[in-house]
Order: sequence, then C-alpha cells, then structure tokens
Amino acid sequence: MVVIIDYRAGNLTSVVRSLNALGVAGEVTQDPAVVARAERIVFPGVGAAGKAMAILQELRLDQALKAAFDAGVPILGICLGAQVILEYSDENDNTRCLGLLPGRTRALPREPGLKIPHMGWNQVRFLRDHPLFQGLPESAEYYFVHSYYPSPAREDMVLGVTEHGITFPSVMGWRNLVATQFHPEKSGRFGLQLLKNFLAWDGSYAK
Amino acid sequence: MLSKRIIPCLDVRDGRTTKGIKFKNNVDIGDPVAMARHYYEAGADELVFYDITASSDRRNIMIEVVRRVAAAILIPFSVGGGIRNLQDMRDVLLAGAEKVSVNTAAVLDPNLIAAGARDFGSQCIVLGMDVKKVEVSEAIPSGYEMVIHGGRTHMGIDALWWAQEAERLGAGEICLNSIDADGTQAGYELTLTRMISEAVSIPVIASGGAGTPEHLYEVLTTGRADAALIASMVHYGAYTIQEIKDYLHQRGIPVRLHW
Repeated sequence: MVVIIDYRAGNLTSVVRSLNALGVAGEVTQDPAVVARAERIVFPGVGAAGKAMAILQELRLDQALKAAFDAGVPILGICLGAQVILEYSDENDNTRCLGLLPGRTRALPREPGLKIPHMGWNQVRFLRDHPLFQGLPESAEYYFVHSYYPSPAREDMVLGVTEHGITFPSVMGWRNLVATQFHPEKSGRFGLQLLKNFLAWDGSYAK
Repeated sequence: MLSKRIIPCLDVRDGRTTKGIKFKNNVDIGDPVAMARHYYEAGADELVFYDITASSDRRNIMIEVVRRVAAAILIPFSVGGGIRNLQDMRDVLLAGAEKVSVNTAAVLDPNLIAAGARDFGSQCIVLGMDVKKVEVSEAIPSGYEMVIHGGRTHMGIDALWWAQEAERLGAGEICLNSIDADGTQAGYELTLTRMISEAVSIPVIASGGAGTPEHLYEVLTTGRADAALIASMVHYGAYTIQEIKDYLHQRGIPVRLHW
C-alpha cells in the first residue's frame, strides 16, 4: 500500500492522479496508524514550515514518519516534504523540523533581477547514481515553485543540484529516503518516470 | 538555469473554448480538455484557463472542466475569471488547478490576496492585471492605470503601485495584460512589462499582443518577463509551440526543449 500523507499542506490531487496514471491507487491519510502500515510513503506538501510542523505534531504524523524511516519504508518527500525532513528551517523563525536527515532549510538568497519564488522549469544535475534517476536524461527539466531550499549537513546526501542564483540541492537521498525540491507530479513524463522509479525502488541506498 | 515559460491561454464559456480554434494541421476543437491535452503534448510549460461564462451556474460547469483537465495533463495550470472569494479559490484548487488568478475582485478587495495566500499559499495566488496606458497624473504617476470590464472602466489605481502592493499582500506571481496590446498581435507592451517586472521580485507573465515568435523574444529580453502568454498565434495554427521554442532557443533564450 502506497500512503500519501495529508497534513493540510496544499492540494494532493495531482500527486494522487500521477500515481493513478502509474496504476497505483494510493491512500491519502492523516492517520498515523495508516502510516504505520504503509509499504511506501509519499510525503508531499506546499506552504510554510511552521504551520506544517504544527499540524504534523498535532496529528502525531511526525512520530509516525520517524518510525517509518527507521523501519526502512521507502519514503519520497516532495517540495515542503523535502524541507521539513531536515532538522531546522529558517522559515518562520528557525522552525524545529523532523530531523530525519541532518541539516537545515534556508531561504534562497535575494539579489537584483532574481525572481523569488523560483517558479518554473529547471534542470537537475545528477551528482550520484541512484535508482530514482533510472532512464532520466540530463536534459530533462522539472517544475519548481519554492522560496526556500533544503541544505543537508552532509554532502553525500545530495544527489542532484539546480541553479537559481545559487546552486542548491534539489534531490536528496539517504538510506530509504529520497526527496525532491521540485514537483515530479507536475513535471510531465520525466516526472512520471521518477515517480515510477520510486515505486519500483526497494529502499536501499548508501549506508 | 530557469527556463522562460510559454503559456497558452484558453478562454472557456459554458464549458467550451470560445473561439472556433484550429490547430496547425488539425481540425477545429472546442473541448478545453482535448485542447489542454494537445498543448501538454505539444510542449506547453503551463496552461491558463480563463472562464468567461456569464450564467449563474457557471461555477459548476467550470469546476467540472478543471477536474477533467487535471486528469489529462501533468503540467501546472491556473484558472481565472469570476474568482470572487475564498470559496471560489478553494473549489478551483480542490478540483486540481495549481493556481487561481484574481483580477477584479482583488482590486475591489485587496484583502482577498492576503487571505488566499494565508489559506492556500502564495504560490497559488496569481494577480491578474488589466492595464491601460494613460496620461501621467498625480493619481497615476506611472502612466499605467488599472482597468476592468475589458478596459471600459478605469479604476483610478496606478498599475505600478498595485503590482507592488499585491506582492506585499502575498501574491506569488503576476499575469500582466495590456489592454492596449491585447488582440492586436502586434507585440507585447514592452515598456509596461519591463517597468512592472523590475519593480517586483515575483515572476511576471506577459500577456497581450503576441503574434510572432519575435514578440516573445522581445518581451522575454527587453520586457524582462519570466513567461509569455500566447493565444491566437497558436490557436489558429500560425505557429506550433515547438516552432516558437526553437526560435527562442536559437536566439539564446533558455526554454524547455524536451518533454
């Protein structure tokens, strides 16, 4: 069973539809007991870190996610879901986050002529091999919309990077967790391929 | 590097696209879902639907269109036209649109932008602006004024001020339509687009006046736009999105070439 975590952080319709397109029903849930039974977890979300963490705690999904990560369940974080897996976020005054990976979420630096949010299609430079990248050409672009970016403490957790003013981590991976700052569910057939790769992945990577 | 977005705009009335649209090498299609699918496969980076239905039961028809479009494409799309309050926004977003575009309602009640950004996130809220060039005055120091009703009603609000105010209130993007250029196919309003784009940090989609790929080149360089809205030039088969993107790529504009 593929579980999609609903913590009232944006619209999950497109995530569900993408999974449907791959022949997977996907169960949308706010229930930590359902998360505990998940064989695979998609952790999407848009919005602000502070509110997201408050709701995750209120619904006790924070503990459920940590338990699933420790148990080796394959997890895909998307956008805000790729940010709150770190320890802290600069958004909303140093928000304490899930801490599945060491590191923090930072604001994209503002500079003249650079548009924030980073909105639209951009490339990802793959730094490491990962089953998630199977069949994806370097020329592929993915849809981004964000003002903050994930910055894991360890360089070997960064699988891919993207440029917008700075070069920032856009794909992270460690053990049974992968996370994309972009939206694979909105990124055409290459995004769909990435989701397909996630669904086929056994969750083993690195230490 | 972030690609410049090419965004076809579809006007929808009573669940059908308004114009007898003829794709290049294709037959007329009035079904917005079929058109969405066509443009998705043809390389559109995003789509905009503008609901111009007048009848009172308009919302249900459009929501059904949004739901079917969401199931047919894997790129973002926004919906504008007749978005008056938070409930209208919620209906459209829950049906599967990524963004809602507010125009007249936000001019009349700017708090709608702040409330929408608070409830759904800034990334969902597009400020639609219909702008007309006027004499510079004390009330309109930029010489560009906000208008509604297709330009027939002047609002007495300076466009430059309003763009900055909307950004402050939480709009995530601006779709900037020049009423003077709209429908002319003679090129975008470059002065206006550059002025607004340089005055805000959020992305600006240029709208109105696109007739040739060179017009897009101009607005994405001189006009400083982050994205370009197109309509007639692709709806009636004069150009394909591939042709437009090939042209822009050859002239050094970053565009998404593989889809």
